[in-house]
Amino acid sequence: MAMTAATANLVELRNLKVAFDGVQVLHGIDLDVARGEALGLVGESGCGKSVTWLAALGLLPGKASVTGSVRLEGRELCGSPRSTLEQVRGGRIAMIFQDPSSSLNPVLSIGRQITEALAIHRGLRGEAAKTEALRLMDMVGIPDARRRFDLYTHEFSGGQCQRLMIAMALAGKPDLLIADEPTTALDATIQAQILDLLIRLQAETGMALVFISHDLGAVSQVCERVCVMYAGRIVEEGSVAQLFSSPRHPYTRGLFDAIPRIDGPRKRLIPIPGTVPNPKTLPQGCAFAPRCSRTTAFCETSPPSLLPQKDGRKLACAHPIELAVAGKAERKVPEDLLQ
Amino acid sequence: MIRFVLVRVMRAVITILAVMTFAFVVLRMSGDPAEVMLGPDVPQNVIEAFRKSWGLDQPLWIQYLAYLKSIFTGDFGVSMRDKAPALQLVLERVPATLQLTVPALILKLLIGIPAGVYAALHRQSFADRGVILLAILGFTIPSFVMGLLLVLIFSVTLGVLPSGGQETWVHGILPTLTMSVGGVGILARFSRSAMIEVMGQPYIRTASAKGLKWRDVVWGHALPNAAVPIVTIVGFMVGSLIAGAVVVESIFSWPGIGRLLIVSVSNRDLAVVQCILLIVAATMVVSNLVVDLLYGWLDPRLRSPASH
Amino acid sequence: MTPLIEAKELVRIYALRHGPFSRPSFVRAVEDISLSVFPGETLGIVGESGSGKSTLGRMLLGIDPAQGGEVRFEGQPMPRLGTPEWRALRAKMQLVYQDPLAALDRRQTIATQIGEPLDIHRIGPRESRAGRVEDLMAAVGLRPDQAGSYPHELSGGQRQRAVIARALAARPKLLVCDEPVSALDVSIQAQVVNMLSDLQEENGIAMIFISHDLKVVRNLADRVAVMYLGRIVEEASSDVIFQSPRHPYTKALVSSMPIPGKKLEGRVILQGEPPNPAARPSGCAFHPRCPVARDICRTSTPALRSVETGRTAACHVVADNAAIAA
Repeated sequence: MAMTAATANLVELRNLKVAFDGVQVLHGIDLDVARGEALGLVGESGCGKSVTWLAALGLLPGKASVTGSVRLEGRELCGSPRSTLEQVRGGRIAMIFQDPSSSLNPVLSIGRQITEALAIHRGLRGEAAKTEALRLMDMVGIPDARRRFDLYTHEFSGGQCQRLMIAMALAGKPDLLIADEPTTALDATIQAQILDLLIRLQAETGMALVFISHDLGAVSQVCERVCVMYAGRIVEEGSVAQLFSSPRHPYTRGLFDAIPRIDGPRKRLIPIPGTVPNPKTLPQGCAFAPRCSRTTAFCETSPPSLLPQKDGRKLACAHPIELAVAGKAERKVPEDLLQ
Repeated sequence: MIRFVLVRVMRAVITILAVMTFAFVVLRMSGDPAEVMLGPDVPQNVIEAFRKSWGLDQPLWIQYLAYLKSIFTGDFGVSMRDKAPALQLVLERVPATLQLTVPALILKLLIGIPAGVYAALHRQSFADRGVILLAILGFTIPSFVMGLLLVLIFSVTLGVLPSGGQETWVHGILPTLTMSVGGVGILARFSRSAMIEVMGQPYIRTASAKGLKWRDVVWGHALPNAAVPIVTIVGFMVGSLIAGAVVVESIFSWPGIGRLLIVSVSNRDLAVVQCILLIVAATMVVSNLVVDLLYGWLDPRLRSPASH
Repeated sequence: MTPLIEAKELVRIYALRHGPFSRPSFVRAVEDISLSVFPGETLGIVGESGSGKSTLGRMLLGIDPAQGGEVRFEGQPMPRLGTPEWRALRAKMQLVYQDPLAALDRRQTIATQIGEPLDIHRIGPRESRAGRVEDLMAAVGLRPDQAGSYPHELSGGQRQRAVIARALAARPKLLVCDEPVSALDVSIQAQVVNMLSDLQEENGIAMIFISHDLKVVRNLADRVAVMYLGRIVEEASSDVIFQSPRHPYTKALVSSMPIPGKKLEGRVILQGEPPNPAARPSGCAFHPRCPVARDICRTSTPALRSVETGRTAACHVVADNAAIAA
């Protein structure tokens, strides 16, 4: 599915690089998002999964330098004037964030914040805007929307704020919704509600969804395709089924092993030794090499490129886990590396 | 709401009462009006008579009660020097002071806030560094130094502006400038830091992400949030409209409240000093009250008790 | 065997004031909670925000006073907060919470901070304390050369290791961990979880592990208590409770946990939000969101009672079913 003709893609990122004050944090991201698909972006904090999309939409602070190409239906966004980006944001590509309560303006009423988006992208004003805003609030499951139209952020719970964020994001009828850790700050039962809502809305509107999360479980509930990121690079990309049944990159595998399970027998966790490298002092070769049990001298000198594999996935690893045994074998962790 | 207002008014009354009491006691402990007014070579019986006629021979607490009683009947006493009602003397001077402080306040607002906001939006730029430097200079140089400096430049060296007096509006330029420099610096600093703080908030990113124009993000989403800390400072400046000109008025011999206060204090003209302090306290308290009400208008979180 | 720590009918009520002159409203953060932890055992406490789980943890240590009920440590009543007896007891029970950076002093090296409890409680001769600090650092997996590091020089995982080392310094018998790994990345989280379970095995420390993350709790705890709005609604062994939850809330909670590789279909998704603790629903606090609520649930609060061997639950429906089965 990821291999379809380039023109069919809604968004194409090519060699996207980001540096903050000369420290490079994104090392050339190539990524396609097809119309209507749900794509997951997984990785630990600092891996660049959020930065990728903030950079694509020009939302990073001024000190960030962004290079590469971001194409929306073939039109280049990277380096385009502010007015072009402003039309794309919210109108073609909308974004919701991790902490919904602080992502809404505390001194403006909810109704105003939603109608504002309707005015920019759909030219709706006055009663028409209000009616549409109420419909959106209803659609995302805000009970008693009419009465709560003029309320402020602090009068809603975290889960409701995320629903309102989603309503606001939907106001411009976007073709792509970027959801940046949308459930991380929420309680378990509310998290399930929001995931359910996102799945439902994606099916109803036909928009594409990029779901950014550190939670492999949440990603597999929502997405068909997943990219795993590490230290500013995509290290493995494939369908949810492929990655979850037989992860091939040692980091992907390590992530799965590190998560405690809620079902099956209780087992000792298998952590990934060491810590995420500091972007200022990245290893010369593969960034994961110092934590990897399969490292050879080759890995320490040459960074692997993300290459397509026979089964359709992409992989950036010189010594990936073999397909046949990947499902069962348990990785041996040298204890002295654990620190 | 009624409870809110009642509480605030109660607080205001207590504040004013505290100021009055403090002024009353300190004034009477710090020197004898009779000796100051009449001079050193006056016979004892004249002094005694002076004291008796102004009630200064009574115990302090009786004087205080009498003072309170007259205040509540609207009588602010009589000046020992001019023998005129103190309130009238003070009110006569108010316009002169406002002629300086109001234009100074407008200058502070019109220069300080935009400079601070501009600096915040262009962080680390040349303009930002310039604003910070000027702001620090502005509020670290004491106004008597600043006043003399301006006189030196514009009156002595260039000879373009008068260094004292109140004859025309041109005479007001230097005192107004002197008075506004510090406030411009303070407001610029505060507006800058408030804006920087707000611009880093997630909701500003949200506003950009939904496609708002940069101008609308700044004006519609950032400024209303930055207004709360700025209003606090502005409120303080409004509160000192009456009292803020003491030093500058004496430098430029401007016949406003500040000068009256200095003269009255040195003469121990009790009624006048007390009357001025009362008015100063009252303006401070009222502007505080207005700021509190403005908070509620600016920030809905302060309007209603937290529900969640 | 006497429990190491035992709580009986604990109640904690906060007065919430909206303004200096307004009438306070009362939040019953912890309501009628009884539990016990035996030496060397791990009790997991799970619940969502507002369930009172953190308050309960602090009450068990005597940091938050109880308005009702009592806590007994090794059979003795808990001394009052701040008394010399209480301070002496604190050596035996330690708290580890979510944010290690807040728990550490920025201006002191971690070795100094790890050794602090030894100085406070005057444990061991002064000369041997440095050696003890070295041992502690080794036990939590910190390198000896990190002894002189300041908190900001360490990663989040290393900081939490330092906090845990400090908590272990006085050889406590009980460790209360409040979301100790929630701020850590998955790969680091696994390191700290393994370390905690090793330390516990080696030293026989009892642990109360408070978390919203069912997966981590299942991995560490022997027994698990599920809290909802200040009450325990179900308690059973960790294997049983996640395998076959009985209380409708536990069922929803377990079901809402995303499992890698599985779609959302067929899950129990609760409607509505947890109510505000200040406006607790009548009867069973869970009834407005409960898919199987009956009339009785609206009026009468179900007591926590045994519904099968080794399992207690506070639910009218579960209790009825248990009665029928018996």
